[in-house]
Amino acid sequence: MAKLKIAGYWASSCGGCEIATLEIGDKVLKLAEVADIVFWPALVDTKYHAVEQMADKSIDVCLFNGAIQTSDNEQLAKLLRAKSKALVAYGSCSYEGCIPGLANLTNRKDVFHRVYVETPSTDNPNSVFPQTKCQMPEGELSLPEFYDTVRTLAQTVEVDYFVPGCPPVGKQTWAVLEAIVQGNLPEPGSVVGAGTRALCEECPRTRQEKKIKAFYRPHQIIPDPDKCLLEQGLLCAGIATREGCGALCPRANMPCTGCYGPPAGVIDQGVKFLSAVASIIDSNDPNEIARIIESIRDPVGTFYRYSLPSSMLRRARIK
Amino acid sequence: MKRISIDPITRLEGHGKIEIFLDDAGEVANAYLQIPELRGFEKFCEGRLVEDLPQITERICGVCPEAHHMASVKAVDDVFHVDPPPTAKKLRELLYSAFYVFDHATHFYILSGPDFVMGPESDPAIRNVLGVIAKVPKVGLEVIKAREMGHEIVEIVGGRKIHPCGALPGGMSHGLNEEQRQHIEGMARSLLEFAKLTIKVFDDVVLANKAYVDLILNDSYVHRTYYMGLVDGNNKVNFYDGKVRVVDPEGKEFVKYAPREYLEHIAEHVEPWTYLKFPYLKKVGWKGLIDGRESGVYRATPLSRLNAADGMATPLAQAEYERMYSTLGGKPVHATLATHWARVIELLYAAERLLDLSLDPEITGPNYRIIPTATPDEGVGIVEAPRGTLTHHYVTDEYGVVKKANLIVGTTNNNAAISMSIKRAAQGLIRGGKEISEGLLNKIEMAFRAYDPCFGCATHSLSGQMPLEVKIYDSQGRVLRMLKRP
Repeated sequence: MAKLKIAGYWASSCGGCEIATLEIGDKVLKLAEVADIVFWPALVDTKYHAVEQMADKSIDVCLFNGAIQTSDNEQLAKLLRAKSKALVAYGSCSYEGCIPGLANLTNRKDVFHRVYVETPSTDNPNSVFPQTKCQMPEGELSLPEFYDTVRTLAQTVEVDYFVPGCPPVGKQTWAVLEAIVQGNLPEPGSVVGAGTRALCEECPRTRQEKKIKAFYRPHQIIPDPDKCLLEQGLLCAGIATREGCGALCPRANMPCTGCYGPPAGVIDQGVKFLSAVASIIDSNDPNEIARIIESIRDPVGTFYRYSLPSSMLRRARIK
Repeated sequence: MKRISIDPITRLEGHGKIEIFLDDAGEVANAYLQIPELRGFEKFCEGRLVEDLPQITERICGVCPEAHHMASVKAVDDVFHVDPPPTAKKLRELLYSAFYVFDHATHFYILSGPDFVMGPESDPAIRNVLGVIAKVPKVGLEVIKAREMGHEIVEIVGGRKIHPCGALPGGMSHGLNEEQRQHIEGMARSLLEFAKLTIKVFDDVVLANKAYVDLILNDSYVHRTYYMGLVDGNNKVNFYDGKVRVVDPEGKEFVKYAPREYLEHIAEHVEPWTYLKFPYLKKVGWKGLIDGRESGVYRATPLSRLNAADGMATPLAQAEYERMYSTLGGKPVHATLATHWARVIELLYAAERLLDLSLDPEITGPNYRIIPTATPDEGVGIVEAPRGTLTHHYVTDEYGVVKKANLIVGTTNNNAAISMSIKRAAQGLIRGGKEISEGLLNKIEMAFRAYDPCFGCATHSLSGQMPLEVKIYDSQGRVLRMLKRP
């Protein structure tokens, strides 16, 4: 049997997904027995133009991490789509937009102004900004374009599979790679490398009735280590988040922040989380309800921390 | 004008490329390090809850999230005017020391090690970590084990292996029990043995080879700059806490500042050809990409930290510190490649510190958190990331919602110096008419690999080399030659 051809790439991301793939440890060697890594800047040395010269669909599986925030990111996404039989959005950035996707609350002009002019350490009296083309005495230098809007991989090209997590945990990555090697992948369009239910199902904390009079921020209370965090008034996203990590944050006495995205069947994680929160407020007094809700001072960062670009929220225009 | 492009070099907050221009005589006219990526954290952190920033800003870098987690939580402590209890600070430093051990080990063995173990001009097909494992198999396995142990300690204390969640204003989310402490102590003992082994490997492979020592001291790799590093109350190197000390190119203290004073001393310059800014010493001024006393360019690297401090706080590292300076001719050392030596000395310090902290009776204490009570307003947190001094600065409203955030990230400190080092190495190594070989290009790469720039971390993870492509253009832009690796 011919060896599988596997590729990997990062776009706008932090590198954590690359480190996460290394978490499979010595299984890398097992993978090497059955698969050739044909392009993966973090692992092997193949150039872009070498990928351009490959025949279309000649890569069996490409694990693509990172969001689409620059023209470079978009080019590579299109190139790897064309060359790959199966394109996998690996990790929260390519799947949902993740933390870089919070940039959709702003735009290029405002980011540039903040970073290159307004920050108190910046000394830029002439308001110089990075340019896509810059004529230097020795020749022209170019930079990719920075986009106003961060997009997910699936908003850029067709995607076959999604692996959630910021980053995906090692055992899940290995499970996905095994499925690839054994030809065991499910229907295209599926989420792989995670369960289907809410994180609560794998959380060891005991659950009772959820009735909330006040919400707390993590630094404001020391929660009981054994009881459901949401029941203690902490905005734990587990109820609206896909299982798969093993409930790492709740085990560390911190609320889940939602990095594994929505459970199966849920289109918009923020809506799910918000409706869950609304349903546990223990009051019928509109004023009291308003007061309780008002204590949630960053709704976007709380409900959509990892999923803003893939959510139903769309800005109508850019100022 | 001929042109050499090295694209992509990848990963600072992602990606990078180098453009080298040759003049008509084939000499290097100029070299540019371009960072073609930006994500905008300074803007979209506005509106977030400040206590969430330790988990949001660590997504700047998945290679060193621990550094952002720590700088951020220290800034948030400051925002809330809260001083975490000793157990909390020790837990944070314990996590951070474990992180330093595996992060420095990764760089030394996997990223830059192949240059020395296999040789800078060896066949690129074997000049990688797999080549290193084949040549010294026992060491290779030790590196993998050290990485695993380090990550395990980060997970026990910080809740997650990558992007920890455990630090919050006032302390840590959970403490350590005696069973966990014993487990960590055992791993710390192994990591200390690993650190000693690393010193020996550096001795055997690098210092015992006169050609390498000559290479380290070669003028193509020398810059006389200011040096920056965090120091404790005794002016010893510290990664987690203290004041930032800057020494001048003669090694004399130029300034020592507390985190909240950073704006008096650091400013950032903008160039239109890169998305990355150029920090410099404000009181010296921006004079362009040049070194020397009159230029505000400083470096913040392992070697810089050793240059900026009076010594190491642990005995074995202190002995190595003294040996390095006596071998290389006293302080400060300006040879960029000596950064590798400084890095293994820091690795030894981190391992000693890790063991000390795992034996500290307070580490299992019940007071790992206090609840902040003051009204939040503004704070600055500084730690030493492995790749340079890391500064987080937040301003909030009275509810702790972020109004402004400013970040000066590890590698960014060295942006100017890395550009200068590439140009100098290129000028020293590329000579008119001389053939530009792969090995020669690798020697240019070694100039910036010494900084362990974050754009190198992930790229180098296994292959130990950059995805490197060199095109040489004539003055009409036609490709005269193309060099590919391997």
